Amino acid sequence: MAMLDIDNLHAKIEGEDGREILKGLSLKVNPGEVHAIMGPNGSGKSTLSYILAGKEDYEVTEGSVTLDGENLLEMEIDERAAKGVFLAFQYPIEVPGVATMTFLRSALNAQRKKRGEEEISTPDFLRLVKAKAAGLGISQDMLKRGVNVGFSGGEKKRAEILQMAILEPKIAILDETDSGLDIDALKIVSEGVNALRSPDRGMIVITHYQRLLNHIVPDFVHVMNNGRIVRSGGKELALELEANGYAEYQQDAA
Amino acid sequence: MRTPAEQGLSGELKKLSATGGARIVALREAAAKAFNDNGLPHRRVEEWKYTDLRTLVREALPISTPAQSVVVEAHARLLVDTEVRRIVVANGAVVPELSGFADLEPGLSIQPLAQALAAGSDVVTRLGSLEPGRYDAVLALNTALAVDGVVIAVAPGTVIERPIHVAHVFSGKAAASFARNLVVLGEGASLTYAESFEGPEGAAYQVNSATEFVVADASSLDVVRVQEEGASAIHLSTLLFEVGKDVKLNAFGFTSGAAVSRTSLYARLIGADSAVSFNGALLLKDRQHADSTLFVDHQTTGCESRELFKHVLDDSSRGVFQGKIVVRQPAQKTDGRMMSRALILGDDAEMDNKPELEIFADDVACGHGATCGAIDDDLLFYLRARGIPLKEAQSLLVQAFVGEAIETVANDALRDALVERAETWLKARA
Ligand SMILES: Nc1ncnc2c1ncn2[C@@H]1O[C@H](COP(=O)(O)OP(=O)(O)O)[C@@H](O)[C@H]1O
Ligand SMILES: [Mg+2]
Repeated sequence: MAMLDIDNLHAKIEGEDGREILKGLSLKVNPGEVHAIMGPNGSGKSTLSYILAGKEDYEVTEGSVTLDGENLLEMEIDERAAKGVFLAFQYPIEVPGVATMTFLRSALNAQRKKRGEEEISTPDFLRLVKAKAAGLGISQDMLKRGVNVGFSGGEKKRAEILQMAILEPKIAILDETDSGLDIDALKIVSEGVNALRSPDRGMIVITHYQRLLNHIVPDFVHVMNNGRIVRSGGKELALELEANGYAEYQQDAA
Repeated sequence: MRTPAEQGLSGELKKLSATGGARIVALREAAAKAFNDNGLPHRRVEEWKYTDLRTLVREALPISTPAQSVVVEAHARLLVDTEVRRIVVANGAVVPELSGFADLEPGLSIQPLAQALAAGSDVVTRLGSLEPGRYDAVLALNTALAVDGVVIAVAPGTVIERPIHVAHVFSGKAAASFARNLVVLGEGASLTYAESFEGPEGAAYQVNSATEFVVADASSLDVVRVQEEGASAIHLSTLLFEVGKDVKLNAFGFTSGAAVSRTSLYARLIGADSAVSFNGALLLKDRQHADSTLFVDHQTTGCESRELFKHVLDDSSRGVFQGKIVVRQPAQKTDGRMMSRALILGDDAEMDNKPELEIFADDVACGHGATCGAIDDDLLFYLRARGIPLKEAQSLLVQAFVGEAIETVANDALRDALVERAETWLKARA
């Protein structure tokens, strides 16, 4: 069985007449694999990432998602995180008044606690953050501020990767981590992500553009449209999409 | 029709203290007469619209008797680990054996009000001089019935580094206690003054405290209040400020105690170019009711006033914020801003905001705002998606919310103590 197994997932927006967004999506991710999901705006990529992370605005109507054989959809949001699910948000939000260091530490210790591990000591924690932040070009000043408060778009994305580096998830979902990044920032973020590639970790890299995949080279590429994966292939599929666009898939859907 | 409480209080008002000289005796008599004529306020009295004392104060309790100092010592828990000079007031009377009257810094004088009245101290000439020109039932009762409290005077140019903390403690059977304090800062003086209130959880006692602050030109005053009365208590307090020119005044109040509380704050800005701020963090649960009512009176030019009140309302608690900024015709270049924000945690919690501006000058910048809402779901999701459990995520966000107001406290030790009080409240909730 795959580490992450999404099978025939149907989901709609919570509420009486909530529209169906995911319409039978299946995807298997094994440890060590990097899967890219590409697709036009509105195809449901962010919705998929939110449902995996446990956002409550959606209702799964059919299908299943398991992580190491356990039913992910029944777990609380924080429980999923402790089991190793990490979502790098497309739009990381600002949390005024909660210092980045406090936030990172609360998150790391809460996850450790849930896994029955010991809390990290203060010196170890400071060392850990310092080491990881330096590689991502995150200053001490940024760490002292409230989470994401006053960060530029690029800084927010880098901060997401820092969180991921510290929390060491089993399955990382990166939702349009490249959007809003200039070429230098894109390099820094990609290097950060590549450093986290590991035989024990799976990744789902969601992107609208092929550009990111020059830096984070995927093992598999999937095309998503209208709530489903409509085609899967190797990394060369990304180049094909770059050349031809999504038009043929969108016609299929219509 | 007079209520049983009003009748009981009028009974107490027949036996006024005779100490303090003719002026003070006349003040007491005038206050007693005003109460007998007007009684307790009810909801048709505009300033008491949300806090109807006629229904909330059912009975007049007997006036409290002195408490044993060993008992008081055991109950005085607030801010005990903070580096301060502590004066303990139990059931409205100073407890000398628990108070730091020794080794006063040069230029600092502290004495029990009872002693200052008996000795006819100079500073007592300011007592009662800050009362507003209109009837306030709670203050009238305090003026008529308080016979002790703390009188602090700081000589001109004197900077007192160590905060003075007046710890009000109630102990014993339910009773009514009255305390009156006076703080007088000379020109260019500087002081941090803290007052705290605490008492037993189960007893339905009543506290009426009033403090007058005379803040002379170019002086600097920080006030920190912590109101953690027992959960069945009624806490009524009045803060009166007279602010000279070029003053820096910052007052902050933390409230998590009492079944019913009301704090009325009157500030008269009589000197130019002063900067004052009045801020609060209130954390309420169950059926607690807390009313903060402020009157800031800009009488002259170039002053800046700021109010920031943060309410966290759990269960069926109720917060009331009434803020009135008056800018008189001569008070040109006034800059006044008032903000009230409430975070609603409980399904049946309620916040009432009544901000008012009364502006008679033409060249001013004044504004007010109020917000009220639940914890932001997107923020909660973000924290939880990183593995932080729901209650802890809520606590972090509530802490951040009240933190914005607590941060206005300049003294590090007191600010840390306040953060800790908020944490304690949140832990009890989780
Ligand atoms: N919470 C929501 N409420 C209403 N509509 C939503 C919500 N989430 C997503 N949608 C809609 O679902 C569709 C898919 O959105 P999304 O998952 O963000 O697509 P993508 O990330 O691929 O651009 C869009 O039409 C979007 O408007
Ligand atoms: Mg998206």
